[in-house]
Amino acid sequence: MTSPSDRKAMLAISDLHARVEDKEILKGLSLEVPAGEVHAIMGPNGAGKSTLSYILTGREGYEVTAGGATLDGEDLLALEPEERAAKGVFLSFQYPLEIPGVPALTFIRTALNAQRKARGEPEITAPEFLKLARATAGALKIDFDMLKRALNVGFSGGEKKRMEIFQMAMLSPRFLILDETDSGLDIDALRIVADGVNALRSPERAMLVITHYQRLLDYIRPDRVHVLSAGRIVASGGPELALELEREGYDKYARAA
Amino acid sequence: MAAVKQTVEHVASLEKYKHGFVTEIEQDFAPKGLSEDTVRFISAKKDEPAWMLQWRLEAYERWLAMEEPTWAKVSFPRIDYQDSYYYAAPKTKEGPKSLDEVDPDILETYKKLGIPLREQEVLAGVVGSPKYAVDAVFDSVSVVTTFKKELAQAGVIFCSMSEAIREHPELVKQYLGSVVPVSDNYFACLNAAVFSDGSFVYVPPGVRCPMELSTYFRINAENSGQFERTLIIADKGAYVSYLEGCTAPMRDENQLHAAVVELVALDDAEIKYSTVQNWYPGDPETGKGGIYNFVTKRADCRGDRSKVSWTQVETGSAITWKYPSCVLRGEGSSGEFYSIAITNGRQQADTGTKMIHLGANTRSRIISKGISAGKSSNTYRGLVSAHPKAKGARNFTQCDSLLIGKHCAAHTVPYIEARNGQAVFEHEATTTRLSEDQLFYARQRGLSQEEAVQLLVNGFVKDVLQELPMEFAVEAQKLVAISLEGSVG
Repeated sequence: MTSPSDRKAMLAISDLHARVEDKEILKGLSLEVPAGEVHAIMGPNGAGKSTLSYILTGREGYEVTAGGATLDGEDLLALEPEERAAKGVFLSFQYPLEIPGVPALTFIRTALNAQRKARGEPEITAPEFLKLARATAGALKIDFDMLKRALNVGFSGGEKKRMEIFQMAMLSPRFLILDETDSGLDIDALRIVADGVNALRSPERAMLVITHYQRLLDYIRPDRVHVLSAGRIVASGGPELALELEREGYDKYARAA
Repeated sequence: MAAVKQTVEHVASLEKYKHGFVTEIEQDFAPKGLSEDTVRFISAKKDEPAWMLQWRLEAYERWLAMEEPTWAKVSFPRIDYQDSYYYAAPKTKEGPKSLDEVDPDILETYKKLGIPLREQEVLAGVVGSPKYAVDAVFDSVSVVTTFKKELAQAGVIFCSMSEAIREHPELVKQYLGSVVPVSDNYFACLNAAVFSDGSFVYVPPGVRCPMELSTYFRINAENSGQFERTLIIADKGAYVSYLEGCTAPMRDENQLHAAVVELVALDDAEIKYSTVQNWYPGDPETGKGGIYNFVTKRADCRGDRSKVSWTQVETGSAITWKYPSCVLRGEGSSGEFYSIAITNGRQQADTGTKMIHLGANTRSRIISKGISAGKSSNTYRGLVSAHPKAKGARNFTQCDSLLIGKHCAAHTVPYIEARNGQAVFEHEATTTRLSEDQLFYARQRGLSQEEAVQLLVNGFVKDVLQELPMEFAVEAQKLVAISLEGSVG
């Protein structure tokens, strides 16, 4: 395995400070994720894990007070959420939203074409799209009829998560953020989701896997593991760090922060 | 179908409200103001028989004794009924015998409006043009009625109200005012006195009307109220689908529009009435200049097992005051009301329906989707009632409101009256704000803010859109998007 320093970082976060209203959540977070690697972010509740994913994707209500983040050297934080999406940033939501009245396929095709348009590419044709959707759904063991239903409406927690991975595979992003993707999944669903994610691993892609538990990392093996506590990365290491955390908990790092 | 594509392209190019123009055509005005003389002038201008004049004059007498209602949740400066014209018609010599005789300005207006889309082909007599019958009301008088022959072969009468009064007096006498009585309400009464023109449809027993009937209304003369009167009769076992769509030019004076639509469905007959309304909503900041749309639309399901379905997409007008209703008189008759009402800017809408269950085993269904944006106010007002004889009456009502932004309002005022113990009425209502979370979710997937709003709103109104005839639904969907442009962020 190559060490991070040998590769140019795809995502580079430096000394990021951010707050929500008056509360400072991130307090000098630095992180580099090179192309081709999967990095896990672990940490106790309230450490700022979800905040990090929202800041990287441009959600309103988070104020960056210092530091920055770049994707392929370009200032990520200056872009609108949809511009980041078109550049290949994808967030698998911890709590995927329900979109009443909009079939999943319609939603995804609209999104895919919006991204293509932003990149100056032609729209995907209906037959091409359906072919891609059928193949992807098959791989993720998603019933195709489910894709004709309103997105996430009445879906179980596991189905919603699977639908996130389905969208991810359809949109083929370059930088993937998985926010607590394992929560709410039983062991079979977890395996299917992990297989879907692993299928997307490639030298051109990078992933940030945010998780509370080590369990997911048994299925999606990270190249690096970082501990986020009180708004900063307080420790980094190989996959063994996740196992250590599983054994000993976050106490040590909570104190260190 | 090429015309449909044209429609889509055209509507897509509309960008907010582009219908702001006034065609210069020599007007033949009735004197300003409203008096018995005005009523006589209108009737004379239209060469009406004595019984029609009498009907109008009686209506006028009754109107004088009535007071303008104030119960709707809308507010506007008092209307000066003496400061308006009640008759304005484009000047033609004898009435056009062919398209060549139609004033080029009128054709140009159609062009600008986008009315022509498919209709222009029809009007231009293009071979193989789609079969939509158009009864174009241009400023109060029907200028061209097409496809009359083909319809006549099926026995369907589709003409202007003026013509019906001349050619089919027995039908008009029998049905006019039989659903909406002359003195039903203030605005309907005013309409009865001064109605300008409108459409008349009669579908004989057992006939399925061979095409969708479509009418575009358009207000053109500056400061002239318009008072259409539409009457549609589906005889036993007949079926007809009728489309009505409207746009209007931009202007400064508020314009009163008080139409009356009467539908009569006899045994086993079915009428489907669809409206897309896109009148000038007024200045988005001040609300100035928009249309006042005070309309009375009612259907009488007179026959057993008859059915009437109202579908409306209301995006325009400064003030909308409108309750397309069904009187379910026939045993086993059914009524439906599907509505999308969108208000933006300073628009006010008070709209809904009345389902009056009189007969046994009557059924009704109401799906109302209200969307408020900007500083607008959107009220659903509905009545579902069951007469003591309406045993086994059933109603299902779903009434959803969507709020966009922080300065708009949505109100729901359902009235339910069950006067027998065997009626089953269900009412569901929701009010939601377009959620920031949903918007962000869609944007994270690559949609712009505007695209995200459109997608979410289209999802919200989907149940109603799918009730519209296909090509109408496409236009309506675009209109929904256009009406909400700039409403977020």
